[in-house]
Amino acid sequence: MNGTLAALRRLEWERYAALGALVLLSVASALLSPYFLQWQNLLNIVRQVSYTGIIALGMTFVIVSGGIDLSVGSMAALVGSLALLALNAGVEAGFPQGTAVAAAVACAVLTGLACGLANGLLVTKGRIAPFIVTLGTMALFRSLSLYMANAGEFRSESSLFGELGSSAPLGVPLPALILLALAAALSFVFSRTRYGRYTRAVGSNARVARYSAIDVDATRLAAYTLTGVMVGVSAVLIAMRFNSVGSSTLGVNYELDAIAAVIIGGTTMSGGRGTVWGTVIGAITLGVINNMLNMVGISPYLQGTVKGLVIIGAVFIQRQRQ
Amino acid sequence: MPAPLVRARSLRKEFAGHAVLSDADVEIRRGEILGVIGENGAGKSTFMKILAGIYQPTSGHLELDGRLVSFGSPSDARRAGVSIVPQEFNLAADLSVEENVFLGAELVTPRRTLDRARMRARTAQLLAELGANVSPADRIDGLSAAQKQLVEVSKALAFDASLLILDEPTTMLTRREIDRLFAVMRSLRARGMALVYVSHKLAEVKEICDRVIVLKDGELVREAPIAEIEPAEMARCMVGRELREIFPPRRGSPGPVVLEVRGLTSPGAFEDVSFTAREGEILGFAGLVGAGRTEMAEALMGLRPSSGAVLVGGKDARSRNASQAVRRGLGYLSEDRAGSGVLPGFPIAENLTLVSLRDYCRLGGVVDREEEMLKARTWRERFGIKAADLSAPLESLSGGNQQKVSLAKTLDPEPRVVIVDEPTRGVDVAAKQEIYRFLSELAARGAAIVLISSELEEIIGMCDRVLVMREGRVAGELLGEAVEEREIMYLATGLQTAGASA
Repeated sequence: MNGTLAALRRLEWERYAALGALVLLSVASALLSPYFLQWQNLLNIVRQVSYTGIIALGMTFVIVSGGIDLSVGSMAALVGSLALLALNAGVEAGFPQGTAVAAAVACAVLTGLACGLANGLLVTKGRIAPFIVTLGTMALFRSLSLYMANAGEFRSESSLFGELGSSAPLGVPLPALILLALAAALSFVFSRTRYGRYTRAVGSNARVARYSAIDVDATRLAAYTLTGVMVGVSAVLIAMRFNSVGSSTLGVNYELDAIAAVIIGGTTMSGGRGTVWGTVIGAITLGVINNMLNMVGISPYLQGTVKGLVIIGAVFIQRQRQ
Repeated sequence: MPAPLVRARSLRKEFAGHAVLSDADVEIRRGEILGVIGENGAGKSTFMKILAGIYQPTSGHLELDGRLVSFGSPSDARRAGVSIVPQEFNLAADLSVEENVFLGAELVTPRRTLDRARMRARTAQLLAELGANVSPADRIDGLSAAQKQLVEVSKALAFDASLLILDEPTTMLTRREIDRLFAVMRSLRARGMALVYVSHKLAEVKEICDRVIVLKDGELVREAPIAEIEPAEMARCMVGRELREIFPPRRGSPGPVVLEVRGLTSPGAFEDVSFTAREGEILGFAGLVGAGRTEMAEALMGLRPSSGAVLVGGKDARSRNASQAVRRGLGYLSEDRAGSGVLPGFPIAENLTLVSLRDYCRLGGVVDREEEMLKARTWRERFGIKAADLSAPLESLSGGNQQKVSLAKTLDPEPRVVIVDEPTRGVDVAAKQEIYRFLSELAARGAAIVLISSELEEIIGMCDRVLVMREGRVAGELLGEAVEEREIMYLATGLQTAGASA
């Protein structure tokens, strides 16, 4: 009975630790700067974290299944470039703007899916470690987008595209709205569906999963593919925001932010355990940290230091608890 | 009589409040070979692991040479002169013999570089003393099981061990290799070392030991000089009751053939295995560790590539993966509960439905958690699983209850053929008896049960028919009265073992 109680306590702690840290951090920020709690500032934070937050949702599935995806930032650049090419081709062909934008979105999602599928196939069928596969495709995707844009940028020829990027239906920035909707959907998938349970089982012990008649490869493949789709969504949203895609700048360090959000959100790096909402909280936590550093006037060059320490600290705390 | 080398005083070890070793008092003397016997789960390995510093006792203490000692780790024990030759070799396959012998305790020159000359010379000397036909520079992965064992012994002796523990050292050896090992053990004894020999081969215990202690359910139930105890008496002490009592009564005659296997082959593991199993039958697979029984089960479940024919109920049931095998009516309880059986961090209910989760899903793969919980309660009732809360993690249960969950998980998809691999490994006698009853009931309901076991009592007590495997082949089949220990051992080893009967 004692064991059960202890386990329950541990579970609850895991669920709420990230939220508690975020609340503490927010209180500290509010005390440090009166601007922190202003509606506009909060909206900005949420918008800023949405792009990597959406990717982090997919990354949660990958990490829980026992893998990692380092290629998401480069993939975003490639997918974003292709989406803008599709957009501009649509505009030039004389289609209505709405159609061209829809084509861009479809192109981003589908090429993201294809890139994720490629990662997943290399990991599962190719039997190559995820770290190596996605390190390779990280270089590959970035290089392709640089080549396509000749290291420059693609500019959108559609005004609607850019307007969507700064739109805020119901007063909430579009990317934040999409982040929340996707998080709700994927949280349901994660905790209530067979696929979600298989993902946790595979990450918890792949051998047990295989012996329990679970298709381990299909489960992992789906996680990488899902991440690819999330990268597609994120890339097209960020392309809308800037109304352009910089082949050398888009998505740089996104893998770091996405993985950090997942880890800060309480997902164990070794797989098997985590939550989708935790990841959202992790992403917002990173945004709040950046915001606070800006407000108190710490050099932006030092923000990476803080982020690095936070990631290492989060994993260190996980270790201590085990 | 000289003072004993090791004295264990009321040694006790508990896991999750459950005592696996209770208040054992044991003395081990110089120049003697002490046999430690007992059933699986009797506390033998716990006792050894405490001696070797792998476990720390919950209470009680150890004296070595009259001094109180407390080993925090295996290397502590090794420095104090206690070494263990584990049942599963602990050697780095890619390193050489000498590198393994000194692994973690390398000799160095005054300039802090490896002193390879000295290590090589010392290894060569040790191997020569043991009469091992191995060179210090040989790589481990090229050696036979017997040679690896001698490397383990050299490793144990490299640091002036005064107590050497051998855990089931003969399971993988041929008779000639066993004789050689025994000769080595006798010469070590002659040098004044103390040896602990753990085995459940009672004839060998009789042959090599000077004294024997019997553990049962964590308690020391008997201690006797070897001259005063015969293997049959040892067996009685180990089981503590007539064998038949713990096994359920026989069932009626089996029905039609449900599983047919023809010429199943997996290169390197087993070859040309053919057999049938009938509804309501319990078919035993006996043999030594490494005879290919587990591999055969894995091949049937699609977990290992193989060729040959497999039919369930007359229909092709050769499978490429476990989910196909489950759909075709096969179920498998793995011998390795922790490694491939259950997920300790997952809730009990989720473990129970891991194989059959599809059956609990509504449209879109959404799990019906109420139905799942309902079924979990049914299993808890049926198997008497002692769990107050089925959403608590599995690791909160005792080993026996975890094993019941593991078995329930295998049975939840209602397989027609159930392959159980060492189903009672590491569980206490009470849970054992229950598991036997479940298997018997399952057979009575018409399932065919394939029981893979290394415990002869289990095979003899449970099975209607027994196939014995040796080195990847079916060595023979025993029926009815012919199912007895000596016959099985003869088929399993290919050798007539004198007095192997119990």
